[in-house]
Amino acid sequence: MSYRRDFLDPLINTNPITVQILGLCSALAVTSSLLPALIMSVAVISVLAFSNVAVSLMRTVIPRSIRLILQMTLIASAVIVVDEILKTFAPEVSRILSVFVGLIITNCIVLSRVEAFAMQNDVRASLLDGIGNGLGYSLILIPVAGLREVFGSGTLLGYSLLPLTSEGGWYTPNELMLLAPSAFFIIGLLIWWIRAWRAQQVEQPDYVLHTVEDQEMM
Amino acid sequence: MQDILNIILRAMFVENLALAFLLGMCTYIAVSKRVETAIGLGIAVIVIQVITVPVNHLIYRYLLSPGALDWAGLGAMDLSYLKFITFIGVIAAMIQILELTLARFFPALHNALGIYLPLLTVNCAILGASLFMVQRDYIFIESLAYGFGVGAGWALAIVIFAAIRERLRYSDVPEGLQGLGLAFIVTGLLALGFVGFTGLEF
Repeated sequence: MSYRRDFLDPLINTNPITVQILGLCSALAVTSSLLPALIMSVAVISVLAFSNVAVSLMRTVIPRSIRLILQMTLIASAVIVVDEILKTFAPEVSRILSVFVGLIITNCIVLSRVEAFAMQNDVRASLLDGIGNGLGYSLILIPVAGLREVFGSGTLLGYSLLPLTSEGGWYTPNELMLLAPSAFFIIGLLIWWIRAWRAQQVEQPDYVLHTVEDQEMM
Repeated sequence: MQDILNIILRAMFVENLALAFLLGMCTYIAVSKRVETAIGLGIAVIVIQVITVPVNHLIYRYLLSPGALDWAGLGAMDLSYLKFITFIGVIAAMIQILELTLARFFPALHNALGIYLPLLTVNCAILGASLFMVQRDYIFIESLAYGFGVGAGWALAIVIFAAIRERLRYSDVPEGLQGLGLAFIVTGLLALGFVGFTGLEF
């Protein structure tokens, strides 16, 4: 039961991006089309799973004072492996992702899961937590990338979906979708939608408007 | 000279790390509730970038890049795959050294920046700047200019954003959009403004 919670919670209830506000950095820039976003998701899931398992295995022998350095080294090693694999088997995608694969190291999701979860839990729970958080991250990344690619260039994974006017079709691509601001807008709206559905995630405002009654003014 | 100015200008406005590449977003959203803290963090980022980008440049150029170890008779070695682990180590070490130095010689500045410095180790804007520096083959002086430019650009973005957010606290926002949602929409509008700098040059 609790293993199931470890895996399912990060998908929506404690989603790393929309609830924990982690890992926004390295990813949003790769969402201008679907393929890099898919590859990026796989990369993040594997790095998360690997570093969670590795740290969990070593959690009893890691001295507290140097744990951050050790964790960073483990994460960086996992990222190097992923980067080398991508360079070898998918050089095309590796070029599109450019520095963003390397930036998984500083992706706050990885460090926070390793520090907050893998240091205290057994290997199986850590593996599930790593994959769950990676999937939660992909759940945001992939729809955003899909939307941006469909409306920005009329294609999905390179296949033409909305025929473009420049090629005799009817759809004029929305150039804004290919620029950075659209990623912010789409994620902002996505968060709004999730919170309208899961009301317990709504943040309390610092100041609240309220109507002043006559007696109160006296 | 003009090249250097162009690099600074491009790094600050056209290719602003926060608003065009979306780097350092976690810190950007989390530490932008007040203008004073945003200014403190911005200065810390400028200082760290100006130090780490050139240092990483030297390390990459003379130790890691293909053929760099020629002087040791190891010309065939290509250690560039070690750049991630080296850069993050350098960044963490530099931040630690800077913190110790500030605490010893400039306690006032240390008190102002203290809490933000360790946080910057995992800020993607810092590592990102070093990786972009490698990708673009800058020479030493260019990397110095680039470090300053990206730092100043990031600082500018977070200070503007914090000032907008201070005003937004008094506004009546739809329930689900409160906080994080609105922060994204506002950053989007800000980024849209920065798109207008495209093509800016001396």
